[in-house]
Amino acid sequence: MTGRHPMTGNRMDAEAETEAHGFETHDYDVVVIGGGGAGLRAAIAAHDAGAKVAIVCKSLLGKAHTVMAEGGIAASLGNAWPEDNWKVHFRDTMRGGKMLNNYRMAELHAQEAPERVLELEEWGALFDRTAEGLISQRDFGGHRYARLAHVGDRTGLEMIRTLQQRAVSLGIDVFMECTITEVFSTGGADGTSISGAVGYRRETGRFLVFNTPSVVLATGGIGKSYQVTSNSWEYTGDGHALALRAGASLINMEFVQFHPTGMVWPLSVRGLLVTESVRGDGGVLRNSEGRRFMFDYIPDYFKDETADTEEEGDRWYEDKKNNRRPPELLPRDEVARAINSEIKAGRGSPHGGVFLDIASRRDAEFIRRRLPSMYHQFKELADVDMTAEPMEIGPTCHYVMGGVEVDADSQVSIVEGLYAAGEVAGGMHGSNRLGGNSLSDLLVFGRRAGESAAAHAEKAKGSAGLQSDAVKASAERALAPFAEEGGENPYTIQKDLQDVMQRLVGIIRTGEELRESLTEIEALKQRAGHLTVEGHRQYNPGWHLALDLPNMLLISECIATAALEREESRGGHTRDDFPGPNDEWGTKNLVLTLDDESVHLEHQTLPVMSDELKTLFEEPS
Amino acid sequence: MTELKMRVWRGDASGGELCDFTVEAEEGEVVLDAIHKLQATQAGDLAVRWNCKAGKCGSCSAEINGRPRLLCMTRLADFDPTETITVTPVRAFPVIRDLVTDVSFNYEKAKEVPAFAPGPPDADGKRRMMQADVERGQEFRKCIECFLCQDVCHVVRDHEENKPAFAGPRFFLRYAELDMHPLDTHDRRELAQEAAGLNMCNITKCCTDVCPEGIKITDNAIIPMKERVVDRKYDPLVWLGSKIPRRGGGPAREDV
Repeated sequence: MTGRHPMTGNRMDAEAETEAHGFETHDYDVVVIGGGGAGLRAAIAAHDAGAKVAIVCKSLLGKAHTVMAEGGIAASLGNAWPEDNWKVHFRDTMRGGKMLNNYRMAELHAQEAPERVLELEEWGALFDRTAEGLISQRDFGGHRYARLAHVGDRTGLEMIRTLQQRAVSLGIDVFMECTITEVFSTGGADGTSISGAVGYRRETGRFLVFNTPSVVLATGGIGKSYQVTSNSWEYTGDGHALALRAGASLINMEFVQFHPTGMVWPLSVRGLLVTESVRGDGGVLRNSEGRRFMFDYIPDYFKDETADTEEEGDRWYEDKKNNRRPPELLPRDEVARAINSEIKAGRGSPHGGVFLDIASRRDAEFIRRRLPSMYHQFKELADVDMTAEPMEIGPTCHYVMGGVEVDADSQVSIVEGLYAAGEVAGGMHGSNRLGGNSLSDLLVFGRRAGESAAAHAEKAKGSAGLQSDAVKASAERALAPFAEEGGENPYTIQKDLQDVMQRLVGIIRTGEELRESLTEIEALKQRAGHLTVEGHRQYNPGWHLALDLPNMLLISECIATAALEREESRGGHTRDDFPGPNDEWGTKNLVLTLDDESVHLEHQTLPVMSDELKTLFEEPS
Repeated sequence: MTELKMRVWRGDASGGELCDFTVEAEEGEVVLDAIHKLQATQAGDLAVRWNCKAGKCGSCSAEINGRPRLLCMTRLADFDPTETITVTPVRAFPVIRDLVTDVSFNYEKAKEVPAFAPGPPDADGKRRMMQADVERGQEFRKCIECFLCQDVCHVVRDHEENKPAFAGPRFFLRYAELDMHPLDTHDRRELAQEAAGLNMCNITKCCTDVCPEGIKITDNAIIPMKERVVDRKYDPLVWLGSKIPRRGGGPAREDV
């Protein structure tokens, strides 16, 4: 297509830019892709290490998914329970992930989280306080002690605003509403290394080029490939896909977290997150018969640390030493599966969920003070007063444990100069993430990635740079949907993909359905090869979706491929045809790479922890 | 399911018009749902900003029947079923395309706010603040930066010429938050008055009215800040008189 757009007069092909002015081009030491908690923390760290840094993010600054985190940041500050320390946090994290975690990441995370939280306070964060004036800590599923630093139920907003304001005060360059479509690497004798990245400005549709030796992926997750999700439009698996195409590997992709409590009604808000703090602060789950059914679903693995009577569970909120925690606060995978079973057994709520009840257990003033945004959310969007009646909730796709395979200490992938931090990185959470561990993950590994990326840039100075023909080819690929006539509508394909993933790669999986999903995804890929978008390049959501779709399809294929291979049930991966965990599978990761457009899978043995760390799991809980 | 009539402004910096649409509406839906249906079925390139669809990120600000609101928190049930719902971009900022405006004004103003500067920690290395003392700042930190307060503020809504000297309610919140932060060591009153243009606000409370977070911007942030400036200056009328020729841009950081 060589024509000009009738409305703007813009030339619609990539040639226009290369001929006339060339692409907008920038040179940086470190380019961070993503402006959420991990991206901002990485950028701050790289800046502090002396690097020239750019943050490139799909939305306006401060709107990234971190803003939606509600409950808190897990860190063993020991303010509420002096008995708490990093070892207990490490143990909780590993057990929550059913021991499939990269132990070194879990160790670093538990050790460094307190420092990272205190640092936020140095930068202006205002956490809720204890009576002594220290940072207050709240209870959450899978955590032995009250451990989550929080601000009501809007902790993510506090965290992103603090990091955002810090980054702005340091003068870090931010490219808002820009999407990276390709990260380039070059193969040499001593391996593959990063040379730059290409993307486009949403506002104008114009391309931009970054020459850089270090790229930090901080792009978050994949939830938008599911129908019922707590995730926003941004969660299209961009970083996962960029990494694969640049030569990096993914691990643990079969593990997708379904948060037990998403809203179910009205349909408009189906999937919207209801924070775990509701249960942490005393809320309980009931079925249509009014029964606290979680007592029927306590797995052997957690029997010793879970209350088996309502009385004991209720006493635990006040006295954690002599009581065990209520089963509503089991790790998320356990609770989500239990809810799913109750609904399937016909004991669900009118709109296909179960009941979450805090109204009968805590007074209205307490609820409004501790959970202000939940109160607001239910009142405004569902006409439900959570201080007076139970809420209807059900599982919602929330988080992907899987991600880019990285070195635990430096966050570098198998590609030199390519780093990943936060949700897009894999390993830290094993097969299931504990609530509160993601905000701390962003801070701990965001900082580590930023520092490593800056150090690498120092060594690799001047080596990076993109070839103009590669950039031009990339731009032409991106513009193809404008040239295609009579192709598919990207919105339709996205909807169909969401249907496939929800139906066939959801909470409960079978080999047969997973095989079917792979066939369906392949068919969708074929259809997505011929997309047509209307309009022109300026702020065109249809075109943006057309460019995100290949990422969603590739990552969905990765999830289904790994899920089909793992013949056991563990954490966020439940196989109806292989119930229960299998010890042999418990020593293995599945590693995915891209081999000439097709997904390649390999088994890899998990790293083994030292004897000293092993002793932490021998102590009675 | 009902048929909903909508008028959505479409266009760009060079101009545009209200376009009529009819869309199927279901129980419990919000205006953003209707916009998404238009995108998926009738206008794939309809430009709109959104992220969380839960009133937490502040991306989907627009004007619905002339009133600044979040598209994701405005329920269709709030309108008469026969009513045509008109959606236009926020008026205080330049249009990029359709419902998307250029809000970079706010990001530029954010750069002018000097960073939080805490004093030394307690002897044991910890920092102590009482809940009652952090709650004042916490109210202001509920701000989701939807910029609806900026949009509705009559100092800038139809007065582009005031923008250089006026940061707007969102940033008065920020100055107040820092000023009331138990650990911050700067005195920000003069900066708020001179560089941010606090004096130009004549407390009509329009900002408070549209705040989706229910922050009492005028009563709890702006008026206390004005009072504190007065405390500092002793004689506000003389001081104001001497400052009438407005300054462009902010002073250097050391003036804080």
